[in-house]
Amino acid sequence: MMALLMAPRPLLRQALARVALMLALPMAQAAPSASVDELRLQPFANAPVWKDQDLVAPVAIVDDRGRKVQLAQPPQRIVSLLPSLTESTCALGLCERLVGVDRYSDWPASVKKLPVVGGGLDPSVESVVALKPDVVLLSDASKAAERLQALGLKVVALDVKSKADIHRVLGTLGQLLGVPQAQGADRVWHALESGIDAVVRDLPERTRHTRVYFEVSRGPYAAGPQSFIGETLTQLGVDNVVPAELGPFPRLSPEFLLRAQPDVIMLGNRSMQAATSYPGWHNLQAVKAGRVCVFTDEESYAIVRPGPRMAQAAALMARCLADKAPGKAAVAR
Amino acid sequence: MAAFPTSAPASAAQREAAPGLRRSAWLALVLLVLSALLLLVGASVGSTGWESVLRMRDDPTSWQIVVDIRLPRSLGAWLAGGLLGLAGAVAQGLFRNPLADPYLLGSASGASLGSALGLVLLGSSVTSLNLLYRLGMTGMAFVGAACAVALTVVLARNVQNTLRLLLAGVIVGVVLGAMRDLLELRHPDILQAMQAFTLGTSAFVGWEGCALMAGVLLVCVLATWCCARLLDGLTLGEATAASLGLPLAPLRYGLVAVLALATGTSVAQTGLIAFVGLAAPHLVRSLVQVGHGRSTVLAAAMGGVLLLAADILARWLVAPQELPVGVLTAALGGTYLLWRMHRSTRSAGGL
Repeated sequence: MMALLMAPRPLLRQALARVALMLALPMAQAAPSASVDELRLQPFANAPVWKDQDLVAPVAIVDDRGRKVQLAQPPQRIVSLLPSLTESTCALGLCERLVGVDRYSDWPASVKKLPVVGGGLDPSVESVVALKPDVVLLSDASKAAERLQALGLKVVALDVKSKADIHRVLGTLGQLLGVPQAQGADRVWHALESGIDAVVRDLPERTRHTRVYFEVSRGPYAAGPQSFIGETLTQLGVDNVVPAELGPFPRLSPEFLLRAQPDVIMLGNRSMQAATSYPGWHNLQAVKAGRVCVFTDEESYAIVRPGPRMAQAAALMARCLADKAPGKAAVAR
Repeated sequence: MAAFPTSAPASAAQREAAPGLRRSAWLALVLLVLSALLLLVGASVGSTGWESVLRMRDDPTSWQIVVDIRLPRSLGAWLAGGLLGLAGAVAQGLFRNPLADPYLLGSASGASLGSALGLVLLGSSVTSLNLLYRLGMTGMAFVGAACAVALTVVLARNVQNTLRLLLAGVIVGVVLGAMRDLLELRHPDILQAMQAFTLGTSAFVGWEGCALMAGVLLVCVLATWCCARLLDGLTLGEATAASLGLPLAPLRYGLVAVLALATGTSVAQTGLIAFVGLAAPHLVRSLVQVGHGRSTVLAAAMGGVLLLAADILARWLVAPQELPVGVLTAALGGTYLLWRMHRSTRSAGGL
């Protein structure tokens, strides 16, 4: 195992693998059911469109780098360099004020029309400056934060890793952008919570304590109970086969799964064929019985991004459980 | 009479050396003019193109784009390339190996481990790490690179034995790389940021970064100039160099320090950029044959021109987004070296 982990990884091979992954992206097709589609739209459907006089004075906030940021008035021009922050901004009802996004932001559909200023970690600095934003939202892993700030822009770095973070970031964004709390952060959060509650209520009893394995990406990287995906699984009342002490997104050895024998396998990555090609997987009960859910790209983005679409993520996972979870008899095996 | 036989070879040597010196002066001039031209082009290529330059007098945003973004990053790319070119020339001279590159003593792995550590620590807790924030990712990368080279020197016991130093460098590189991988496995959320670091880009270089790199480049060029006699002596073999009465140990330490400082600074500012350090000394050697004092300086200028040209290309190819320049230098540099290899095999076959 150690020898395997320490094997050198040539840069070129990594780069090639990445290119292959990018080429594979468009091949996956989206065929979501209607009910899930409706659910997905929920956090944006009743988002108010704010007029200037309805917004309140922005409050000073402290971002995840420990920097204090305050805007003089609610911003007219926002640039977001992180998909989950783009989604949160839109959920708060300020989608109209976004003037630029990173290349991965693709939800809601209206942001696809905005100018793309590169990726969150490799943005084109001058494209961002040229948009003259009142505030730039980005991940705190981005080196761009310091540079953009040095150029005189207001920069807010926020990191979202857990469900609690989603709540916190919604609140912070609301205060920063001057959105009244009741109709902004609170409304979105309540919609999210009640959405998840509704999903949990509707789950068939037989899905309880199904042993689930969620693969975030090939590696295999799993979603552990500490991750926000794991938190949703816990709320759905199922058991994660990955123990909590392995961390939020541990990289597993394929044999771990063989020993763990999950009842249902959920795959956040692309194609079924590549996903079940780990050695020995054909012996897994779940694979033999076809209890494998492969989410489309669009669905996996809703699931793997910690943002206001968490209720939709729960709904997608619940749909998988309702379809695939074996009955009590099989679980008692 | 007695003076005749000694002075005749000397003047012959002078006559022989003169074309090399003259050619090196010409090359220096060409590189300078190219640098100036590329800096001008660098100021006008980017997401918005020429109109930013034309409108920069009336429009403050255009002014900011040209003066505060394009100029420092163009100059930064030149300086980083210069540091890498110089470090490459020093490494190739020190190890007497044309395949030596600036990252040989483990500085690349050290820098990426430093960045990975920084990302993990910054990601884990928020407000308690003020010092870390002030040090920043740039500082972490530099500390990592410097520590890696120090570790290499310690493991090699001293810098006397070139082979030992080389082996220690490779080992430190592999082990630190493995530690970086372990960190990434434990914290996969830093993977993307690490990728951005590994790809290398000049996009985030500001005027402070330029000033820092310019200072370091100046110090390194002067130090190399002083140690150049050692590099010249080493081309004749270690024993000969020692028999010439050169103080091997202190000069070697000096050159290793130059290597660490130059590589560490450029890696910290722009991330990992491949092939510039390898290709620049080769290019210079193929154009002029002069002593190490001149050729290292020329290699620095050549590295600067190469990286700046690559950076401009990287900005222009997919505008308004941009490619990380490291990808481009790896692709172009690799192609160039393949071509050189192909040509030299053919001419060797002809012999």
